[in-house]
Amino acid sequence: MEQTDRLRAAVERVVAGGPARYHEKLREQGKLFVRDRLRRLLDEDSFVEDGLLARHEDPELAADAVVTGIGRIGGRTVCVMASDATVKAGSWGARTVEKIVRIQEQALRFNVPIVYLVDSAGGRITDQVEMFPGRRHAGRIFYNQVKMSGRVPQVCVLFGPSPAGAAYLPALSDVVIMVDGNASAFLGSPRMAEMVIGEKVDLETMGGARMHCTVSGLGDFLAASEEEAIDLARRWLAYMPDNWRGQPPRGPARPPASATPLSAVVPKDQNTPFNMYRFIEGLVDADSFLEVKREYAPELITGLARLDGQVIGLVANQPAVKGGVLFVDSADKGARFIWLCNAYNIPLLFLADVPGFMIGSRVERQGIIRHGAKMICAVSEATVPKISVIVRKAYGAGLYAMAGPAFEPDACLALPTAQIAIMGPEAAVNAVYYNKIQELPAEERPAFVAAKRAEYAADIDIFRLASELIVDAVVDPDQLRAELIARFAASRGKAETFTERRSPVYPV
Amino acid sequence: MIPVTAPMAGVVYQLPAPVGTDVGEGDSVAVLESMKMHVPVPAPRAGRIKEVRVREGDFVEEGDILAFLE
Repeated sequence: MEQTDRLRAAVERVVAGGPARYHEKLREQGKLFVRDRLRRLLDEDSFVEDGLLARHEDPELAADAVVTGIGRIGGRTVCVMASDATVKAGSWGARTVEKIVRIQEQALRFNVPIVYLVDSAGGRITDQVEMFPGRRHAGRIFYNQVKMSGRVPQVCVLFGPSPAGAAYLPALSDVVIMVDGNASAFLGSPRMAEMVIGEKVDLETMGGARMHCTVSGLGDFLAASEEEAIDLARRWLAYMPDNWRGQPPRGPARPPASATPLSAVVPKDQNTPFNMYRFIEGLVDADSFLEVKREYAPELITGLARLDGQVIGLVANQPAVKGGVLFVDSADKGARFIWLCNAYNIPLLFLADVPGFMIGSRVERQGIIRHGAKMICAVSEATVPKISVIVRKAYGAGLYAMAGPAFEPDACLALPTAQIAIMGPEAAVNAVYYNKIQELPAEERPAFVAAKRAEYAADIDIFRLASELIVDAVVDPDQLRAELIARFAASRGKAETFTERRSPVYPV
Repeated sequence: MIPVTAPMAGVVYQLPAPVGTDVGEGDSVAVLESMKMHVPVPAPRAGRIKEVRVREGDFVEEGDILAFLE
């Protein structure tokens, strides 16, 4: 056979993937074939493939179960790695791993994002000596991910399983998009769990997409379909720079979706919950809010948005859920999101209405102190433009975690409803005057407490704090958007380094 | 029977839906006072209150069952 014909025949065979029965299985599971996923992910005709001929001589091992190469998304270059579940269930052999390692190295050399489309049964135990323990074996994939983290964006979309060691692939990515019902990640399969620890559990309960997006926090987005998941990956990258030295791309500026003035959104009574989503809708550009970890620790809202077309990262307390109190999981969620924004030059906006970190024996046992310290650590380290808005209360370490004045925000702004204090008036009066209150005859107590609370409120009055220059400005809520646009525009030239050292000792 | 559980530790402040009340999804079954905040506890779905397990003033821990819906 002539060489060119030989090439064409081999390519035709490889791009068809694995045996017909596995294509049939994909259809039954509502899954797309790997090359159809790539067609949806990448700009038309932009894909250039590497290693297509890996293991081509074996009809069962087309491309060795992974497709790698470069392409474009929205006109910008990305590297991609995509499992082919029709070939050995997308499992990893020696060439699979080498292909993944090489495309990661290429993303680092080219300073462009990488997208991992994962649908894999994990490492091939039969080939373990060739793919598991060595210098350029599977461990190197994770080593590379750690090295890439904060240099180039890493997006992981899970369409199927990502078991055992391969579960670290999503864990070490910036963002994990999981397809509800099909995606899963776990260290040991249900069969393994039954054999080794005697637990009887199904896959969905143990490591399903919904569990990871609501309970474990491994997943950032729960997608209803493969198409939605792929579209989310494209949308995510529209907020990301190509690499850590780049700026996130500007988008079209749009007025907010909600016409309700912000002054009408916030109730006057500090103890009455309100819905922070209404506040965000009235503040950011319409249709620009891309919420991260919506279903996980919803007492803290994190997400990317645009303000006058400029990308920002939002960290907002949600008083409608658990009173907006910070818990172990919300502190964890906040810290990681702040790290993400700081890595990729995304200015941070904090919207504070927080009664503090949760107290009580349960959360102490869960390590609320060290998890809170982690969020405070992330807030301190963030040197991107950083503005804190005290919407209502900011009590105790809640003020610190939400980029209060000591944490070097470019501005700490207060709305007229703001109340900044170690604790609220009720708790403070009880704490300071506990003995005195007990000594008083019962009928005198209410008047005494009311008088002390009024004194306390006057002491922490936001106008007093503005007079003392604790806050940089008290802003009319209906002017907040315009003021934030002006302040973020002014801070664009900011180029700070936090401090010089090898590594902090992180509280985690 | 669907349990309605406390989202966080706190004291039961109000029980606006006594046994027999029909509630819609998201309606408050209880209000907790925690961290000096009033924290509504929404019904996870529509139903009728079958049993209320707590009284106003009780301390509840995160995950404790407050009421049952059917």
